[in-house]
Amino acid sequence: MRRILSVLMENEAGALSRVVGLFSQRGYNIDSLTVAPTEDQTLSRLTMTTFGDDRALEQIKKQLHKLIEVVKVVDLSEGAHIERELMLVKIRTDGSTREEVKRTTDIFRGQIVDVGANLYTVQLAGTSDKLDAFLTAIGPAAIAEVVRTGMSGIARGERILTI
Amino acid sequence: MAIEELSGGEMVLRSLKDEGVDYIFGYPGGAALHIYDAIYQQDAVQHILVRHEQAAVHAADGYARVSGRIGVALATSGPGATNTITGIATAYMDSIPILVITGQVPLELIGEDAFQETDMVGVSRPIVKHSYLVRNAQDIPAIIQKAVYIATTGRPGPVVVDIPKSVTDPNLKFVYERMAKVALRSYNPVLTGHTGQVKKAFNALLMAKRPIIYAGGGVIQGNASEVLTELAIELGVPVTNTLMGLGAFPGDHTQFLGMLGMHGTYEANMAMHHADYIFAIGARFDDRVTNDVKRFCPDAVIVHVDIDPASIAKIIDAHIPIVGQCRWVLEEMLRLYKASDLTLKPENLKRWWAQINGWRERDCLQFEQAEDQPIKPQCAVQTLYEVTKGEAIITSDVGQHQMFAALYYPYKYPRQWINSGGLGTMGFGLPAAMGALFAKPGTAVACVTGEGSIQMNIQELSTCLQYNLPVKIINLNNEYLGMVKQWQDMNYSSRYSSSTYQNSLPDFVKLAQAYGHVGIRVTTMAELRPALEECFAMKDRLVFVDIKVDKDEHVYPMQIKGGAMRDMWLTKTERS
Repeated sequence: MRRILSVLMENEAGALSRVVGLFSQRGYNIDSLTVAPTEDQTLSRLTMTTFGDDRALEQIKKQLHKLIEVVKVVDLSEGAHIERELMLVKIRTDGSTREEVKRTTDIFRGQIVDVGANLYTVQLAGTSDKLDAFLTAIGPAAIAEVVRTGMSGIARGERILTI
Repeated sequence: MAIEELSGGEMVLRSLKDEGVDYIFGYPGGAALHIYDAIYQQDAVQHILVRHEQAAVHAADGYARVSGRIGVALATSGPGATNTITGIATAYMDSIPILVITGQVPLELIGEDAFQETDMVGVSRPIVKHSYLVRNAQDIPAIIQKAVYIATTGRPGPVVVDIPKSVTDPNLKFVYERMAKVALRSYNPVLTGHTGQVKKAFNALLMAKRPIIYAGGGVIQGNASEVLTELAIELGVPVTNTLMGLGAFPGDHTQFLGMLGMHGTYEANMAMHHADYIFAIGARFDDRVTNDVKRFCPDAVIVHVDIDPASIAKIIDAHIPIVGQCRWVLEEMLRLYKASDLTLKPENLKRWWAQINGWRERDCLQFEQAEDQPIKPQCAVQTLYEVTKGEAIITSDVGQHQMFAALYYPYKYPRQWINSGGLGTMGFGLPAAMGALFAKPGTAVACVTGEGSIQMNIQELSTCLQYNLPVKIINLNNEYLGMVKQWQDMNYSSRYSSSTYQNSLPDFVKLAQAYGHVGIRVTTMAELRPALEECFAMKDRLVFVDIKVDKDEHVYPMQIKGGAMRDMWLTKTERS
């Protein structure tokens, strides 16, 4: 089962390598990972998606908590939450397909952020499923390059992750 | 008071002194020379010069295990730092509080593949509780304070502090300031436990018909042996210890069933398998204990007490998990017991003990020793026990001799048995014995070892001469890597792939003499006891007793892979 973990940790050199190292050391998988400082510059927030049953997740959470620099760990997938990923994709276009790509981008509520003679660069945000669906709709033949940020997430409603 | 200004190197020493550190075990080199110069100019902390950095860490580790205080090791950058790795991993696996300080190339050279540069924080990352790379000399006092705090609290463990040479520059001085109290928002070790859970565990215990206490190294680390012993005796229930927990409950007590696990006693493993209530405390259901986890103790309600939440439900699910300090939890159990007028039903306990005593009659540790036959390693350890009256601190290396020393020397006290249980590090015994002697000078300290393990840190015989450390080396010499040979006998049709030395062993007696020590060779039963008596009578000398033992002996009992706790080989031909 796919899980989204949110981790608050000290914004210190080496903290990220401890988290990543923990995953490889203990044989846990990371599907995606994104990290940046929060509004409090001394803290970083890391979101990662991983797979595992309840038992595996419990162990991952406990092991993350053992890292001295980790302040808090929350499994976002336990409750209602919002998840978003940003994707930039370069799409090969020629006269006959330019309009079709633009229309598909509109349908997915993406934006064309750069235009070249033979390429559109499209920016798209949403759940990972939506980004996958867009790529399927465009078709592999037209896709020149894809970059995705990995999942970011936040709980819905009054739940706030803070120290 | 005048404001004190110190260089980075001086701050290291001053910080260690303020932490109450007496000894640093170390080895100098370029990147650590500023620190070594600061060592030279003070006398609060004594530096012990080892002959290999691995030994420095093992000695610090041995010091910590025996004293219960932090052990400190120091090495230079590059090869000095990488040589500490095995020592750090050893301490990590056994949760031993040590501080390892390494020199690093100057800050401005980091990342340039400078001479003797290694990313020590990176290399040691998976085997430390925490680590620091110091970037400013002013940070040294706070970092060392935090490092010691982290290493010694919660589940203890090794902390590495990597200090670039430029940070310890003797010409740059800064104000030395210590924090009144260490507080980390991201690290809050457990101090107590959950009262409600303890109550549940206690109530379940009262219902039990076949209870057992399974106590591990956490009880020793948590200074909870005394209260464990009191509780177990009050309750009248059987106790088994892990390899790391030996000494947590008196080994000569009638309620003690011996060690459990792969080479545990028949009665301990049988009692575990048949128990309906297991009180696991400071133990982690290691694979060397459980055998096949799917077949583990099918009838038992499992209470698991551990200071580390990640240990609980990692291997075996606990019915009643208790995250807390061993001592606190045991004191709470004892308090509940004393306040309650309920007790375990005597008729149940009586029946349980009758069953256990039936298993005991199997006498699984028996061996036959004829006077004119080669010395059995078991007999050598038993004689060692008798000659030392069971009072010596025993360190060991890893292999058959380690299991014989665990099984045939009943440990009466916590911190009396010092071995590398988790990592299984050959070469641990001699340097750990050195650390033990610094922690408890004047005590009889014996290193039970084999001709394989002792050669992994034999160079420390020189350190022992320099500091006059009268370690008694009991070398169970069977001319084989005994445990490897045993596995090859059992699983590889006795194909002894690289487990013999083909007549290349050194003359250990002459070797000991070459290092300035006393060497005694023992080849017959008639020589054994007198030699050991002579050895321990020489209180101020290191004595190397090279005992030729039976080459074909195996360690039994031995659990059968893939089975339950109760499935064991009891001899070469008999199964449980």
